[in-house]
Amino acid sequence: MFAAFFHRAVLQAISLLFGCTGEIVTEKSGNLNLGIPGIMYVGGISGVIGAFLYENSLPDKSEASWFLAIFIPLLCCLAGSLIMGLIYCFLTTTLRANQNVTGLALTTFGVGLGKYFGGVLIKLVNADVPSVTVSMTSNYYKATFPFADDLGWFGEMFLSYGFLTYVAIIIAFVAGIYLKRTRSGLNLRAVGENPATADAAGISVTKYKYLATCIGSMIAGLGGLFYVMNNASGVWSNNGLDNIGWLAIALVIFTAWKPNFAIVGALLFGGLSIAPYYLSLYDIVDINLRTKPFFDMLPYIVTVIVLIINSMRKKRENQPPEALGLSYFREDR
Amino acid sequence: MENTPAIRFENITKAFGTKVVANKNVTMDIASGEIVALLGENGSGKTTLMNMLSGIYRQDEGEIYINGEEVQITSPKDAYDLGIGMIHQHFKLVDVFTSIENIALGLDKKTTGANKEIADKVQEICDKYGFDVDPKKKVYNMTVSEKQTLEIVKTLYRGANILILDEPTAVLTPQETEKLFAVIRNMKADGKTIIIITHKLNEVLEISDHVAILRKGEYIGTVPTSEATVQSLTDMMVGEKVELDIERPEIQDKKLRLSVNHLGCKDKYGVTILDDMSFDAYGGEILGIAGISGSGQKQLLESIAGLQPTEQGSSILYIDPETNTPTEIIGKSVLQIKKMGIALAFVPEDRLGMGLVGSMDMTDNMMLRSYRKGHNIFTDRKTPRDLAFKVKDELEVATPGISTPVRKLSGGNVQKVLVGREIATEPTVMMAAYAVRGLDINTSYTIYRLLNEQKKKGVAVIYVGEDLDVLLALCDRIAVLCGGKLNGIVDGRTATKEEVGMMMTHLHENGQKEQEVQD
Repeated sequence: MFAAFFHRAVLQAISLLFGCTGEIVTEKSGNLNLGIPGIMYVGGISGVIGAFLYENSLPDKSEASWFLAIFIPLLCCLAGSLIMGLIYCFLTTTLRANQNVTGLALTTFGVGLGKYFGGVLIKLVNADVPSVTVSMTSNYYKATFPFADDLGWFGEMFLSYGFLTYVAIIIAFVAGIYLKRTRSGLNLRAVGENPATADAAGISVTKYKYLATCIGSMIAGLGGLFYVMNNASGVWSNNGLDNIGWLAIALVIFTAWKPNFAIVGALLFGGLSIAPYYLSLYDIVDINLRTKPFFDMLPYIVTVIVLIINSMRKKRENQPPEALGLSYFREDR
Repeated sequence: MENTPAIRFENITKAFGTKVVANKNVTMDIASGEIVALLGENGSGKTTLMNMLSGIYRQDEGEIYINGEEVQITSPKDAYDLGIGMIHQHFKLVDVFTSIENIALGLDKKTTGANKEIADKVQEICDKYGFDVDPKKKVYNMTVSEKQTLEIVKTLYRGANILILDEPTAVLTPQETEKLFAVIRNMKADGKTIIIITHKLNEVLEISDHVAILRKGEYIGTVPTSEATVQSLTDMMVGEKVELDIERPEIQDKKLRLSVNHLGCKDKYGVTILDDMSFDAYGGEILGIAGISGSGQKQLLESIAGLQPTEQGSSILYIDPETNTPTEIIGKSVLQIKKMGIALAFVPEDRLGMGLVGSMDMTDNMMLRSYRKGHNIFTDRKTPRDLAFKVKDELEVATPGISTPVRKLSGGNVQKVLVGREIATEPTVMMAAYAVRGLDINTSYTIYRLLNEQKKKGVAVIYVGEDLDVLLALCDRIAVLCGGKLNGIVDGRTATKEEVGMMMTHLHENGQKEQEVQD
């Protein structure tokens, strides 16, 4: 029972983890990218478009190559999110536009773009339901370790996931080590804390901001792809992704900008989002249209509580990067 | 190579925007292996010039030569590669990093695993010059002096041969200053060239070999410190007496208006900014406040305006001109002061930050003073609009219209709007800080005329200025601040520029000297 719950929680957590890690890397450069929900949307739909085109280019689905089925959507997803990241960087870093406005605009833009292309695909297949399905690709993405089923609860808890799950955890770990242990990570943190200092130390602020934001966007975009392929089984139905992006941003604050902690945090948020359903199975809580929104609020409430505790502890290391949200211009007086 | 200067500036010009020329045709040499003091008043372009050397700014015109070779410094990295390191007035340190992490920033090492290596080399530098750096300490836990030490070590670690220190002693205690000077002498002995930006004359004389002087963005000259005196340096720094034909009407009806007693305040780090300051301001006179910037002028005015928390025992009494009863201002908020019927006009230094809202038009800015008036929930826009028209016409504000956002106006016109609004409140006390900074000569005279008009009306005018010629021509009395203390009050009619300049830089032995004005 717990193993099943854990399994579901992990599935919920991974999209969040991608989004959260991406946003942490971005924010460490001082860019507050509120466009994450839009970027995840674009990442998702780009992957679906790639998968759709590949699936439909095959005369027979049995001829599909697992390599292409995985990498075409993956590359499409990365390219789509990269473009979003570049737009954000160009506006905020090069043109020094307001980061909040740019991010929110990017979210609106990304969600709209996702829904538009989703609509196009739905029209193309003339489906009866308002959704488009790339189930073959999804199956490749959901493929688990072949021996997972033989290992009982251990297999179910740790081995029964698609490869992106492990990628997410590895990326979070690597990001944590990068930020904490490498010289380049130190430079990146300096850019986000105090760009003038970084600049005076000979670090290219623009380069770091661009790289961190674009890489962060691509990581976040994978969250969108994971959601479509693993959580939604390859069904793109023009919704479901919005709140994951916002939850990922909340998670960044929750984890105090630490990718390692994001793994635990994402699992907690994932668990919180499905716990009510499990509890209702045992008649502990009652889920209906009236109570559901309250349960949906749980992760946000936890975030608010963590924020309050963090600000009361006043530990400098748990605060956001000091120059977060501010544009940098060397000759500012 | 003995005669090759370490640094040569040739015809350096740098302007910010179209109006502010920070450096104009500066051509100067800085000798190798010496301690050179770069001296000048505020706004004389010392820091700007050095920022071009350290790659923060890029000159508009002119060339820089290092050890005889022309160089292009386009970024701080270029400056480091040339062995130039600058210790900025506002330290360039990341607060949440440790000493070592700050030093490691931007270095070409792949991992922080090399931290041990860095720590060893840092220790080596510390031993060599007599520093004390705790490698694991986070910057936010450090004192100002520790931060400064870290900055210097950081620059030395990068192999700087030319060190620029921008106002290094401004934030230090006398003991810390002594320690810093010892280190600077050690560095000189090691063959490094050191440039100190400062306006403290006694320190200049103590530490430097040569003094280079800038005035209003232009290079005046370099003198050997051994031949310089406080007097000769002051003369070069402030320049020849400019004949200013500023009117100074006789005091008509002098009445005590403000009585400041034992005023003290500290900044957020607990450093004393104002120290036991006592003076009186009278209606019908202009009291000038002179002093090097950062001597407490801002905090003094803000204390009177009710914006600055003060120390225990501080008192500012306001004597009402009608009833002659004193009331305490300290401890009251701006709104409370206003409600007590004290008409205080304040023209702050930061015009578009504290004085006006840049994105709002003239009418709305006028309304900032009056929006509480009226009896219903709707604001009265008509009166402020009339006032805006009146200010525009009477002060000849050059604007496309009163509905143009004020930030689009030039500095002089912004100031006219601000002064016009403050005067319209019919104040009994008027405070103006650097009211003519960045203004052309005509606008400046308009401002002087307006202040004089207020004086004639019996208003107590407090004028914080930086141009001593103007202060001496305009003010009846001049209170001279030095390092947060009141160093004395002189009569504007009899005092000389040298006297005031000396008082700005040298704290009087017994702290205060009161020269009462002869009536």
